[in-house]
Amino acid sequence: MNSKKVNVADTKGANANEVVTVGKTRMNVVDLLINNGIVILILIMVLWVGITKDNFFSMSNFNNISINVACRFIIAVGVSGCLITKGTDLSAGRAVGLSACIAGTLLQRADYSGRFELTQNFPELNVWLILLVCIAICCVFGLINGVVVSYLSVPAFIGTLGMQMIIYGINLVYTKSVPLGGYRTDYTVIANGKLFGLLPYLFIIAIVIGVFMWFIYNYTRHGKYMYAIGGNEAAAEVAGVNVKRTKIIIYVSAAALYAIAGFLLGAKSGGAGVNTGSGYELEAIAACTIGGVSVNGGIGRVSGIVIGVLVFELLKTCLQFLGIDPNYQYIAQGIVIVVAIALDIRKYIAKK
Amino acid sequence: MAEYRLEMLGISKSFPGVKALDKINLKVRPGTVHALMGENGAGKSTLMKCLFGIYHRDEGEVYLDGEKVEIHNPDEALQKGLAMVHQELQPIPERTVAENMYAGRYPVKHFGPLQVVDHKKMFEETAKWLDDVKMPYNPKAKLGTMSIAQMQSVEIAKAVSLQARVVILDEPTSSLTDNEVEALFRIIRDLKARGVSLIYISHKMAEIREISDDITIMRDGTYVGTWAMDEISDDEIVKQMVGRELTNIYPPKNDAETGEVLLDVQGYSSIHPRSFQDCSFQLRRGEILGFGGLVGAQRTELMEAIFGMRHISSGQVFIRGKKTRIRRPQDAIRGGIGMITEDRRGTGILGCLSIADNVSISSLDQYVDLGVKLNKGKIEQLVKDNVAKLSIKTPSSKTLIQSLSGGNQQKVLISRWLANNPDILIMDEPTRGIDVGAKYEIYQIMIDLAKQGKGIIMISSEMPELIGMSNRILVMCNGHITGEVQGDEATQERIMSYATQF
Repeated sequence: MNSKKVNVADTKGANANEVVTVGKTRMNVVDLLINNGIVILILIMVLWVGITKDNFFSMSNFNNISINVACRFIIAVGVSGCLITKGTDLSAGRAVGLSACIAGTLLQRADYSGRFELTQNFPELNVWLILLVCIAICCVFGLINGVVVSYLSVPAFIGTLGMQMIIYGINLVYTKSVPLGGYRTDYTVIANGKLFGLLPYLFIIAIVIGVFMWFIYNYTRHGKYMYAIGGNEAAAEVAGVNVKRTKIIIYVSAAALYAIAGFLLGAKSGGAGVNTGSGYELEAIAACTIGGVSVNGGIGRVSGIVIGVLVFELLKTCLQFLGIDPNYQYIAQGIVIVVAIALDIRKYIAKK
Repeated sequence: MAEYRLEMLGISKSFPGVKALDKINLKVRPGTVHALMGENGAGKSTLMKCLFGIYHRDEGEVYLDGEKVEIHNPDEALQKGLAMVHQELQPIPERTVAENMYAGRYPVKHFGPLQVVDHKKMFEETAKWLDDVKMPYNPKAKLGTMSIAQMQSVEIAKAVSLQARVVILDEPTSSLTDNEVEALFRIIRDLKARGVSLIYISHKMAEIREISDDITIMRDGTYVGTWAMDEISDDEIVKQMVGRELTNIYPPKNDAETGEVLLDVQGYSSIHPRSFQDCSFQLRRGEILGFGGLVGAQRTELMEAIFGMRHISSGQVFIRGKKTRIRRPQDAIRGGIGMITEDRRGTGILGCLSIADNVSISSLDQYVDLGVKLNKGKIEQLVKDNVAKLSIKTPSSKTLIQSLSGGNQQKVLISRWLANNPDILIMDEPTRGIDVGAKYEIYQIMIDLAKQGKGIIMISSEMPELIGMSNRILVMCNGHITGEVQGDEATQERIMSYATQF
C-alpha cells in the first residue's frame, strides 16, 4: 500500500518536472553559459594558448601547474568551510606564512651557514613531527578564530582580519624578518619528489586532502551541519544543530589545512619569509567563488573548488605564456574575480 | 472631481502554487475612512503590496482621482500621494525624529558648489508638521526613545508633510493603549476633515465601527463586497469574512482519555518584564493543547523559551516528571521536544538544502556507521517513508525545499521531527499561509500523532482552528495565562473575553 503511494507521487512529480524543463530548456542553455562563463572563457583561452604556444601542453608544464594548484587548493578548501557558513577567514595567508616559517626554522641543514639563530643548536628532528608542530600551532589560532566568531559573535570578516595581523606580528617577532633557506632534502623532497618519477608528491597529497574533505562535506554529520548553518543559521539552531561547536571545528580544521599548505609551500620553494603566503586568503576566497561556493552561504562543493583553483592558476599560466606584462596580469585577475562574483550573485538574485 | 480618490479594479496576483488575489476591487471615496477586513491570509497585505509596487500584480488597474496610474515601487507611490503606516514600523531608531521624517529628501542648502543638509530648516519643518497633527514632540529626540504610538504619529506626520492623498494604516492599534488609540483616532478624524482618504486595516470590530465610513471585505484572496458602514451589522461582517460553514473542516478529535503528564511548565518568566510572566501549565499524552490569544500575547515567546530559544529569569520544566534544564534547542530535543516555529522561512526550513537534508538534519545521529559515515541508504529510506506517509508532493528527495509550496514545506518540517520521534511537539501557527487542502492534511497528521500518544501544543490565531482542533485551550493575554477552556465548551466569545482581560 505504502509503496504504491510512493510510486504514484513519484511519477506525478516527475511528470510535472518534465513539463517545466521542456518549457525552460532554452533559458537553461543561456543560464548555463552565463553561470559558467568564466570557466568556459578560461577553457577557450587554454586551448588557444596550447595550440599557439609550444610547451604549454607538456609534462613539465603539467607538473608545474599541478604543484602550484596543490597548495592553493589546500588553502581554498580550508577557507571554503568558513565561506559556506557565511563566514570568511582572512588570516589564512598569514597562517600559511607562519607555518612555512616554523617549518623553515626547524628543518634547515645542519651544515647550512645561515641557520636560524634560535634553533641552530636543535637536533635533527623528524620531518613529520615538525608538520604536526606546525599544525598544532596554527590550530590554536584557528580555535581562537572559531571562538571569537561563534561565542563572541564577532563578524568573521573583522575577527579574522584581527587574527591576520596578530599572526603576522607573531611571525615578525619570531623570525625577526630573517629570510629562511638551506632546507634539508628530506623536507624539500616532499614537494619536489615524484611518485615513480611521474606524479609529483604534492599533487597526490592535494588529491588525498581533496577526497578526505569531500568525504567530510558529504558523508558526515559535520558536513551536513555545515551546510545547514550556511543555509539558515537560526533554523539550524532550532533543528538542534550545535552551531557554535560546528563553527569552531570549521575554523580549527581550516587552520590545520593552512598549516599543511604552508609546510608544503616552504618545501616547494626551498625557502620562506615573513611575506610567504601574503594575500593568499583573497586568492583562495576568489577561487572558491569562481568554483561556485556561494558568498551567501550554504552552497559549495569540493569539486567546484578544484575547478575554481584550476581556473585561477590556468589564467596565470596562460598570461605568462602569452608574455603579458606581470603588472597587467594583476588587472586581469582582478577582473576575473569581480566578474565571477557578479555572476555568482546573479544566480542568487535570479532565484527570487 | 472623481467620485473615488483611489480605485483598484480587478487586481489579481498569483504566487507559485497559490492564487493570492483574485480580481479584487477597492474603491475609496475622498475624505473617508475605508475599512479593509478579512481573516488572516485573506490577502489584505498582498493587496496593499500590489498597490505600492512591492509586488507586481498580474492583472488589474489602479486609478488615483480618476487618473490611471502605474506604480513600480514604494518611492513612486509616495510621490503620487500614497503613504503607508506599516504594521511593523520600519524607522531608524538611532536617528532623530526629523531625520526619520526627511530620510531620503533632506532639505539642502548650498555652500558654494557643496550641497549640505539644512538641519535648521529640517527641524523647523518637522516641528511644524508635528504641530499640524497636534503631536508636539521634540524633532531632535531619537526615534528609538519614543513609544510605538509616538512613532506612528511621526509616520502619519510624514505622510501629511508629503501631502498624501491616501494614507494606509495597517493594524495601527495592535500595540497601542486605549488612550493612544483615542489620540490616533483624533488624528485620523483631522486628516479626514482635510479630505485625505484613509484605508484602515484591522481585525478589531469596535474600532472599525467607530472610525470607518465604508468597509470592503476579502476572503481567501477573493473580493466579497463593499458596504457603507451603517448598512451592515457586526454579525453580517463576521459572516461575510468567514463565509463558509465552520463544521467538518476539522477531522474528529482524539476522544481517548489523555494519559500521563508529559510536560509540566512551572512559573516561566521571561527576562524581559514586558514579555511572558509566571506561566504554568501541563501537557498530557494524547492531548492537543491550544494556545489562544491576540497578537502580542507572548505565546510564541513562551514556547520559544520552553524550547530553549529564549532566556528566562525564572521557571522550571519537568518532562515526564523529570526536571530538565533547557538552555538551548539541543537540550529540548534531547528531552523529547520538537518545535515547528511560526516563522517557517526564518527559523524553519533550510532553504538551499534538499528535502532529504531538511528531513534528516535533526536525527543524523541515528544514521551513522562506524561512528562517522552517514548511511545514505537509510536516510533515503527515511525520507521516502515520510514523503509517502505525509503525502509530500515533490519531484524527488533531492529537490530544494524552497521550491515547494508552503504546505509541503510544513510537512517536511513535521517529518523532520517525526524522524526524531519526540513525545512533545510544539506547533506555532502550523497552518499559517497554507492552502485549505494542505491544512486539512496537517490537521489529520496532528490528530494521528495525538492518537499515538504524543502531546501537541498548538498556537493558533485563527479562532475556528483553535476550537476545532484543541482538546483544551489556554488563553494568554499580555504575557500571562488568563484562562482555560475545555475544547467542547469553547466559544469564540469565551476565548476573546480571556484574551482581552488586561
